[in-house]
Amino acid sequence: MEPILFTLFGAIAVGGALLVVTRKNPMSAAISLILSLFAVAALFVLRQAHFLAAIQVIVYAGAVVVLFIFVIMLINVPENRLPVEKLTVYRLLGVVAAGLLMIEGAVASRNFSAPAAAVNEAGSVEAVGRALFTDYLLAFEVTSVLLLAAVVGATVLAKKKI
Amino acid sequence: MMEPSAYLILSGILFAIGAVGVVARKNALIILMSVELMLNGVNVAFVAVGSYLGDPTGGIFAFMVMTVAAAEAAVGLSILIAIYRLKETIDITELSVLKW
Amino acid sequence: MVGPLSNIHEYLWLILAFPLAGVVLNGIIALVAERPLLLPADDHGHDDHGHGGHGDEHGAHHETPGYRKLVAFIAPAMIFAAFVVALLSVIQLAQMPAESRTVVQTLFTWIQSGGLSVSVALQLDPLSSVMILVVTGVGFLIHVYSVGYMSHEPAFARFFFYLNLFMFSMLTLVLGSSYLLMFVGWEGVGLCSYLLIGFWYEKDSASTAGKKAFVVNRVGDFGFLLAMFLVFWNFGTLNYTDVMARIPALQHSGILTAGLATAITLLMFVGATGKSAQIPLYIWLPDAMEGPTPVSALIHAATMVTAGVYMVARSNALFMLAPFTMGTVAVIGAATAIFAASMGICQKDIKRVLAYSTVSQLGYMFLACGVGAFTAGVFHLMTHAFFKALLFLGSGSVIHAMSGEQDMMKMGSLRKHTPITFYTMFIGTLAIAGIPGLAGFFSKDEILWKAYSSSHGSPVLWAVAAVAAGTTAFYMFRLIFLTFFGASRIDKEVEKHVHESPFSMTIPLMVLAVLSICGGWIGVPAALGGLNHFEKWLEPIFEGGHKAAAVATEALSHGATAAVHGAAAHHDPMEFILMGASVAVALFGIAIAYYLYMVRPEKPAKIAEANPNLYRLVYNKYFVDELYEWLIIRRIVNGSVWLWQMFDVQFIDAMVNGVAKTVRSAGDETRKIQTGVVGNYAFSILLGAVFIVGYLIWR
Repeated sequence: MEPILFTLFGAIAVGGALLVVTRKNPMSAAISLILSLFAVAALFVLRQAHFLAAIQVIVYAGAVVVLFIFVIMLINVPENRLPVEKLTVYRLLGVVAAGLLMIEGAVASRNFSAPAAAVNEAGSVEAVGRALFTDYLLAFEVTSVLLLAAVVGATVLAKKKI
Repeated sequence: MMEPSAYLILSGILFAIGAVGVVARKNALIILMSVELMLNGVNVAFVAVGSYLGDPTGGIFAFMVMTVAAAEAAVGLSILIAIYRLKETIDITELSVLKW
Repeated sequence: MVGPLSNIHEYLWLILAFPLAGVVLNGIIALVAERPLLLPADDHGHDDHGHGGHGDEHGAHHETPGYRKLVAFIAPAMIFAAFVVALLSVIQLAQMPAESRTVVQTLFTWIQSGGLSVSVALQLDPLSSVMILVVTGVGFLIHVYSVGYMSHEPAFARFFFYLNLFMFSMLTLVLGSSYLLMFVGWEGVGLCSYLLIGFWYEKDSASTAGKKAFVVNRVGDFGFLLAMFLVFWNFGTLNYTDVMARIPALQHSGILTAGLATAITLLMFVGATGKSAQIPLYIWLPDAMEGPTPVSALIHAATMVTAGVYMVARSNALFMLAPFTMGTVAVIGAATAIFAASMGICQKDIKRVLAYSTVSQLGYMFLACGVGAFTAGVFHLMTHAFFKALLFLGSGSVIHAMSGEQDMMKMGSLRKHTPITFYTMFIGTLAIAGIPGLAGFFSKDEILWKAYSSSHGSPVLWAVAAVAAGTTAFYMFRLIFLTFFGASRIDKEVEKHVHESPFSMTIPLMVLAVLSICGGWIGVPAALGGLNHFEKWLEPIFEGGHKAAAVATEALSHGATAAVHGAAAHHDPMEFILMGASVAVALFGIAIAYYLYMVRPEKPAKIAEANPNLYRLVYNKYFVDELYEWLIIRRIVNGSVWLWQMFDVQFIDAMVNGVAKTVRSAGDETRKIQTGVVGNYAFSILLGAVFIVGYLIWR
């Protein structure tokens, strides 16, 4: 069962990602991003990471992308003022470099093998929550500081008069 | 039973697509979205490896990455708004005052 | 002696610590209170206001500021304290048995490197005890004198800072127990000499003279350094006591040959010629008179310039092994004595006459050392310190009275105006001329006698020295007659202000005058019924050298007994004859001076006119400066100019500029990488990631 679902959602995720980087209109790109993120959430479920799948849907697809859409609608760049993107040697080089990185990633992960105990509860809400509030408590708390800083920074930067 | 390397290769593909978006696009909004894509690709790898090893650390890392991604998106977008107000553009090639 | 001071030799370090404390205190005061003087001229007015508060509570304009009073107290007081400690130490040393009169106090280990271990240690023995008494005693008097002499000087604290620093260095030089420590002091006094000659650095001639002294001394220091290396290489130590102790063993093992001893001692002597102004490196001393007069008295007459004599005396055991060096030292000493004396005849500047006289007297000391009469050399060093310091301070008093005039042709009849200066200087002149009964007579006569009678001496050396003695008497009395007697040739304007110096200046003169009379009495030779305490006192120092020389001579002449030290043992009638002859020569010189400058004052000009070439030659100091200029300095300057234009400009500069140009054009090109576009930077990061991951995979 897993290979079929993996292929399906993997294809959706990659397809959505490709749409994100190829759309001229940012709104279409944002919708494609939601698609891709949902597919990744499904992959998380496939790996029994239910908690993260939920977070992925709520925080990423729900909050972050909605923020993107807000901004797109807020600044509302007219169609004719959107940047004109042409194929240049430099961009081609960028694509080649990214491709090389991908190949390198594939080569590096080729020999990764896992122990036989395939199905486990490592991604469950209970397991993640236990780890988060015991071993990683400090990191968890520091995260709140980071988010606070982001809130303050975003507010100050977006204010009309600084 | 899936081979774990399949997830890792998928993770690499997502990361590379995001990198292409960051390097090749001019639209600052798309670039920010591509950054999210790259982070997502990394998350796939973390979650997959964590579940194969039966270790919640991978999930924790993915969680942290998401937090950082949310913060980064908030700050990045507000910078974008400030820039758009000032320069009436979201084309990053036009924002080159810092050159030389 | 009971109590904490029961063993004063544990407190030897105080002799150095007191001047050092003076250095620190005066240095702080100079930095704090005289800061405006160090700043450029524009800032003066601004800062002077800030110093009003430092003055007296009266606030009057001509009051001495408080810090000057403090300096005027600290500087002499520190030297006096050092003198007291030195005196107590020497008294205790005298109470010890003669054979064990060597005290070494180790303070701390300074250098520990391989076979070289140098500790900072002080050595008190009869030789260094003479030196510290002379240095601190005469130094204290000159400090007191300087308080009066420099009272109008703005940079008062700086002057005493340098002077204290000199005292510290000089005491290090004489008290140090190793050649390395001597070298430290040697360089220290050289530095202070440079600083004090160029004290009035705004004056071009003063700063030039300072540089000249420094550079010429550097030539000598080089010799000293090489000698030190040789000593360490062969002896494995630089401590005096160890070097002396190892001489017999090294003689037996054949390492210490006459050749090696000659090399070491000749190099040492090169150092001595630099510091003690002997031929060929004497040229800096006359120019050093650009410094303030107390400096001339302290450094360039009484103490520093005698460092060379001290070094030779300290190394007597080595010098005695090198007959060739001894001969060289004697000949150079005698030649310098007569040569410098002849140059003093025609000088018009009162201080320059004394400078040449100093060079000449130092020549005597080296003559004494060269003929093996180290005692006589050190004895003359001491008496010379008294009377030459007296003469210099007297000349300073004259200059003070004359409002800075130094030309003797513009003086005359000063004895009415400045009686104390006149009488004290007259005593000093009698002493240097060798009039019987005064200090100079005993020491000079002993040198003359040894020059004749010693196994290293010869009648020729005696004759040269005797002629030099007559010349000395002549030019010194010329100085006295021109300055104090005859018709006044003083400018009318200056004459109004002529006055006797304050007590702070005259009292040191009087003390030194007494010393110039009595100073010689401790060394009255046996021939005149004296006990010659001085020679007995120094005997332990110098007998080592005689013994070593005896061993060497024995080795050469296969057991033949050599009478090295025996010449003065019996009363040779010749000694009285020569004594009389030298006194006669001195009186003859005085008589000529009297005839030429008192009876027929117009005569000297006529003689000069009759022999214009000779006069020009002597007046211009035999053109030695010009010869050096042409022979050495011009060559070095030309070579430097060539190096500058060829090597520096065309090679070094081109290289440096080339590097700069390359970097600049590289920067011009590479700055274009900084496009300011974020995407490009992201691309660079991506590329970097590709390379790093690739490296990690395929390494």
